[in-house]
Amino acid sequence: MSDTTSVIMVGVGGQGILLASEVLARAAMQAGFDVKTNEVHGMAQRGGSVMAQVRYGEEVHSPLILEGTATALLSLESIESLRAAHYLKDGGLAVVNTQRVIPVTVSSGAAKYPEDDAERVKKVFPKLKAIDAVAIAGELGNIRAANVVLLGALSLGLDLEMEHWAAALDGAVKPQFRELNQKAFEAGRNL
Amino acid sequence: MKELLSGNEAIARGAWEAGVTVACGYPGTPSTEILENVAEHYKDDMYCEWSPNEKVAFEVGVGASLAGARVMVTMKHVGLNVAADPLMTFACMGAVGGFVVVVADDPGMHSSQNEQDTRNFAKFAKIPLLEPSSSAEAKEFVARALEISETFSTPVILRTCTRVSHSRSLVELGERSAPPEVGFKRESSKFVAIPLWARKMRLRVEERSGKLDELVETSDLNRIEWRDRNLGIITSGVCYEYVREVFPNKSVLKLGLGWPLPVEKIEEFSHGVDDLLVVEELDPLIEEHTRALGIPCEGRNCVPGIGELSPGRLMPIRAAMMGREANLPSPVPEAADLPGRPPVLCPGCPHRGTYAALKKFDVAVMGDIGCYSLGTLPPLDKMESLLCMGAAVGMAHGMQKAGEPRKTVGILGDSTFFHSGITGLLDVGYNKGNSTIIVADNRITAMTGHQEHPGSGKTLMGQDTYQANVEDFGRACGIKRTRTVNPYNMSEMVAALKEELEADEPSLIVAKAPCPLHARKLVGPKHTIDASACVGCGACLKIGCPAIEGGGGKPMINQNLCWGCGLCASVCPKNAISESEKAEGAQ
Repeated sequence: MSDTTSVIMVGVGGQGILLASEVLARAAMQAGFDVKTNEVHGMAQRGGSVMAQVRYGEEVHSPLILEGTATALLSLESIESLRAAHYLKDGGLAVVNTQRVIPVTVSSGAAKYPEDDAERVKKVFPKLKAIDAVAIAGELGNIRAANVVLLGALSLGLDLEMEHWAAALDGAVKPQFRELNQKAFEAGRNL
Repeated sequence: MKELLSGNEAIARGAWEAGVTVACGYPGTPSTEILENVAEHYKDDMYCEWSPNEKVAFEVGVGASLAGARVMVTMKHVGLNVAADPLMTFACMGAVGGFVVVVADDPGMHSSQNEQDTRNFAKFAKIPLLEPSSSAEAKEFVARALEISETFSTPVILRTCTRVSHSRSLVELGERSAPPEVGFKRESSKFVAIPLWARKMRLRVEERSGKLDELVETSDLNRIEWRDRNLGIITSGVCYEYVREVFPNKSVLKLGLGWPLPVEKIEEFSHGVDDLLVVEELDPLIEEHTRALGIPCEGRNCVPGIGELSPGRLMPIRAAMMGREANLPSPVPEAADLPGRPPVLCPGCPHRGTYAALKKFDVAVMGDIGCYSLGTLPPLDKMESLLCMGAAVGMAHGMQKAGEPRKTVGILGDSTFFHSGITGLLDVGYNKGNSTIIVADNRITAMTGHQEHPGSGKTLMGQDTYQANVEDFGRACGIKRTRTVNPYNMSEMVAALKEELEADEPSLIVAKAPCPLHARKLVGPKHTIDASACVGCGACLKIGCPAIEGGGGKPMINQNLCWGCGLCASVCPKNAISESEKAEGAQ
């Protein structure tokens, strides 16, 4: 268990979390590791909270991460990072998109979105990269690449080489989106 | 060559490699992607279909097996309830060509109405069940199941679960073996289950059970891994992976054959260890079997039997053995008051219009399985019961016959209607019911990710085909008041509902509009709210559209999320919502 790298990814259905987890899993596979991933489908396009888990190492057994042991956390939405924070180990890297996605429970007045989400995120994650990935992806031409911007930022915290990431990206996205995603990844990595 | 495959992709691959030529099923999370992968990668070598329901799929499989073909039938756990009738007698009849029914359990109910344990069906039907723990095993076990099926002339269940089906791991790919010759060899005493011959079938089941009891003692699918002998753990399926993670140094008896359970192997294992622990998800079948052998063990006293297991849920057991508390981190205090994020109907969903109209009437609404089940949550809050596939129709009818003072309404989707709503509607027509049945007809099986069905005009293999109409079934079932309504048109929908609810006879409203997510096309131009005209009354927020953001001040429409259905404009009392100036094309 100790030599296994575990990454937890969270967000809201439709933000592209499955692609992010697939790219990471492919990169780890390129690097010659045993890999396991898990994600819950079904509600993925319906605005619910979603979570994906990727684990790699010499030999990986469980596809599920034990609470308090994740090497890194990637969150595509501001407060979703808080919901999954207890999976991250002490001192683990958190890459958090500053974007707020307002749930219907808030729009309908039944609940409140915390005003101080950014402060909470800062407090909970000592090792934090807070990124306005939507703005960066928008400058590159398509806000849907925000997930890959974040993945680029995450890549610096993991022991995988750039060649593995590049091959994984090429394998996971359609040819017409390759250039966009390469740029998005670079932008995240260079932050 | 190794590839990273999900359990479901691996099962599809396993069927192809094993020479399966017929694959059928009905969509259901977490099983759906198996047949989608068959269709995407292997349809040149394998016939595949979405059957209208699991019972039909199973029967299609039986016919193919009797003809000698190797067959795979797929479904989620509750689907096997629907297919239980053919299962129970086919279990007596026995397979000719290898027959594997892949059943995907959903412990924890990520996307299901219950979390029943399919191993009970194997025990009930007296047939073998295999349980893979990873994608590599998922692929391999398809072939193993088919071999067992042919050797012992029995259908075999391959039980997967959410964490096997939807986890990815590395799989070594192989070649395809040649499919068997096909040609039905008539033998009435074997294949006709009339009492005369069924009694003989019953005896053959017992003979077969004896042979299967020998198989589970010798098969390498059940294996002992000796490590530290102070604790031995018996486990199966994905729980094996959690056990290896949490107890890496302990001895393990891994049961790849989840049913029948071995006797000698369990005795040998228990004699070799000081303490024995059983780790199994849902029902304690292995534990009860072990205790019945007179072997003491730990199990349900420390392993939770409700919901799915995980490394985290096994940690307290390990900690207790060391005399410690597990001290697993729990959610941070900063997450305590976060707003919930339940799944909701997508922006532009036609079901939203149906519910928004339905909200204007005081009626008892019986719901069903599909996207429209999301209409039970606030702010729509209009579906009052949900049981199982197709039940909305019969339940509305029964509630009406019982004398429910409110008019009763059943709401179900088109795929669900074709699955098992038709017979309910036949009952309403035949037994002179008075309910209003709404088929939320979006022309696709949407909830599970847009699978074709008898009304979609396409087969799983991509061929154009006859497109069944819900309205035709309504008239055939004797529902004279059958009408089609556009659910995006609020006034039309409300008027139709008013008329049908007031009528003193049963009615069928087909609320028909294709799922925009499937069509990948905006319903119309995107909309915006004119802040100067908006009085902040919140009427638009009551339709629960994720594109309309409120929660303080006047609401706004997120242009990235709007699909242009215009429903919000039709509920705004101040006409403050209109088409955006810059309407864009496809989403």
